[in-house]
Amino acid sequence: MVLELQKPRPIWQIMFSTHHTDVGLLYLISSLGFLFLGGALALAIRAELFLPGAQIIGDAMTFNRIFTVHGTTLIFLFIIPFASSVGNYFVPIMVRYKDMAYPKLNAIAFWMIPPAGALIWLGFADFTWYATPPYSIISAPGPAADMWIFGLKILGISSVLGAINFIVTILKCKHPDMSIGQVPLLAWSFLSSSLIILVAIPTFAAALLMLLTDRLGVSGFFNPAMGGDPIAYAHLFWFTFHPEVYVLVIPAIGMMYEIIPRFSRKPIYSFNSGIFAFVLLSIVGFSSWAHHMYATGMSFTEKTVFMVGTLAAVPASAMHVFNFIATMWNSRIKFSTPMMWAVGGIALFFSAGAGGVANAAMPLDFSTHDTYWVVGHFHLFVMGTIAFGSIAFLYYMFPYVTGRMYNETMGKIHFVMSFIGTVLVFFTQHVLGLYGMPRRIFDYPPIPEWIAMNQIASVGAMIIGVSMAIFLANMIYSSGKGQLANTEDPFGVGGKYYYPFEAKNPSH
Amino acid sequence: MSGHSNWPEWIYVGVVIALMVWVGAEAWEAERLVEHVPEGAEIIKVTGQQWFWTFEHEDGTKEIGELHVEKGKAYKFEIHSKDVNHSFNIHDYVILMDAIPGRVNTVWFAPTDVGEHDIQCREYCGLIHYNMRGTLYVEEPSS
Ligand code: HEM
Ligand SMILES: [Cu+2]
Ligand SMILES: [Cu+2]
Repeated sequence: MVLELQKPRPIWQIMFSTHHTDVGLLYLISSLGFLFLGGALALAIRAELFLPGAQIIGDAMTFNRIFTVHGTTLIFLFIIPFASSVGNYFVPIMVRYKDMAYPKLNAIAFWMIPPAGALIWLGFADFTWYATPPYSIISAPGPAADMWIFGLKILGISSVLGAINFIVTILKCKHPDMSIGQVPLLAWSFLSSSLIILVAIPTFAAALLMLLTDRLGVSGFFNPAMGGDPIAYAHLFWFTFHPEVYVLVIPAIGMMYEIIPRFSRKPIYSFNSGIFAFVLLSIVGFSSWAHHMYATGMSFTEKTVFMVGTLAAVPASAMHVFNFIATMWNSRIKFSTPMMWAVGGIALFFSAGAGGVANAAMPLDFSTHDTYWVVGHFHLFVMGTIAFGSIAFLYYMFPYVTGRMYNETMGKIHFVMSFIGTVLVFFTQHVLGLYGMPRRIFDYPPIPEWIAMNQIASVGAMIIGVSMAIFLANMIYSSGKGQLANTEDPFGVGGKYYYPFEAKNPSH
Repeated sequence: MSGHSNWPEWIYVGVVIALMVWVGAEAWEAERLVEHVPEGAEIIKVTGQQWFWTFEHEDGTKEIGELHVEKGKAYKFEIHSKDVNHSFNIHDYVILMDAIPGRVNTVWFAPTDVGEHDIQCREYCGLIHYNMRGTLYVEEPSS
């Protein structure tokens, strides 16, 4: 068992440690810190949009900076580091190795995150999470913009280092008795997402440098005034970031693969189809990036190619949903907190995918693109699927990390409120988009439908906000004072299916 | 794991693939029709800049923030930008096309009813992006 908090140690021992569970703990705490910071910004945005006119944020520039840092923080400083935390805790155990393949590199990859986070937060750039030129070159105020560029550069390197480490750990360090087909699906999810990172990140890394030199005026890659082309940036950006959305979602699916069978007290319906869907998604995910660019003036043929590429990836996502439902079918499910979060996440995953298909269909995208529909679409993934899967897993590993149990009632209240809130915010935003409200606007004309739907969304956000406060209290209180967990079978589902029961960390 | 037959999953995957093929085919057909610009469409030059829209008609008249067109005629917008990216949007007519410096994008429409519609910018373009708005007036033909 990995009872980090059971035997108190001076904090510097954890900070300077390279052991995978210590690094996992560092990732965990910092990612949760950023979850709350980024979430606070979201509440500010929703409060501002509750009514037309300036509400709590005085001016448009501040508003623009807030949504930029909100998105950047939650994607790069919460979702990715949280996944790394889970990977650090479990991948070595699952492949039965004593640590990550390169422990020092592992610690370095983590320690790149705080300075990058500081650059992003101290700069507070305004050019949205995709920093599109020429705005980002000729208009966005520095030094915020430059600090953001450096911050993302550092995070990119950190991701690549982490990815190399996961790949080597899984492929080269797994126990000799273990075939690759026996590696659990959670570890497979890290293998696939790490491979995507290695292929996807370099283009954006290059684009960031070009953006920086363009801003300095020494090059004009994306600056039309110097003969450059902004569309080139969009291609480089989305070539990285469409696959990156699978980097975000695949580990969360992997976490659900751990939870769903445990609480259904049944093995997963089809292990092989899980692996197949992961691998398929990692490949086909590279054929759809320009579905973000239909309105940039692409030809009919180009649009068709990317629509087909996008639709081709849908069956792979749909297979996961099938696998989960088939596993739960006719089983004795125990709806403990992690299971509730996982099942809720799967429902939202399904809705999110359905909305994505509508975006992909070219004529429909001209209604939805850059409206609140798109905001609703991807939040059903990043919040509804990924945050839900991550929170499910956090409750699941809580006894494993702390040796104690969280408060089950509070966990369930947290789920119910967050689920209702998520539906209120993001389903409503889809409709708001169909009524034509553009995203990224500080203020809007008093159109009655827009006002009504913004208010529903804002109320939903406040419900989520309150539930997150309950969550925080539960985590802090229970990690110190919670009931001692039965670490053999903390959820009382029968130890046979609780993974760490079978494979204890050899170094503890 | 293995050991049980997997036909429900195959059927399910088949259904998903069929659905995707259907969505794709419908979308392809619709987009093909939508993109076909009718002959003789009148050209309107649209220019986006921080943070307003300018319209220039074929006869040289210019309008700022307002666009007057006639019902029953076809119009082709040629969309330019003077500074950063914008996106020209008349939501009621599903007109959406980016304005990108250094490029000219085109899109067309043929208004069918007299009325007023909002024009807005749908691509983030900085400080006053939220208020880069205008109005489309569709009027009875003059002759
Ligand atoms: C069934 C699978 C999916 C389909 C068919 C799909 C389709 C699309 C399409 C066509 C767009 C472009 C919409 C537009 O801007 O007009 C889009 C946007 C987006 N999608 Fe998805 N998507 C899928 C899954 C995902 C997943 C798994 C994630 C994230 C984990 C995701 C995250 C995003 C994000 C972040 C954007 C918007 C980016 C932005 O403009 O800021 N999508 N999706
Ligand atoms: Cu995409
Ligand atoms: Cu704009």
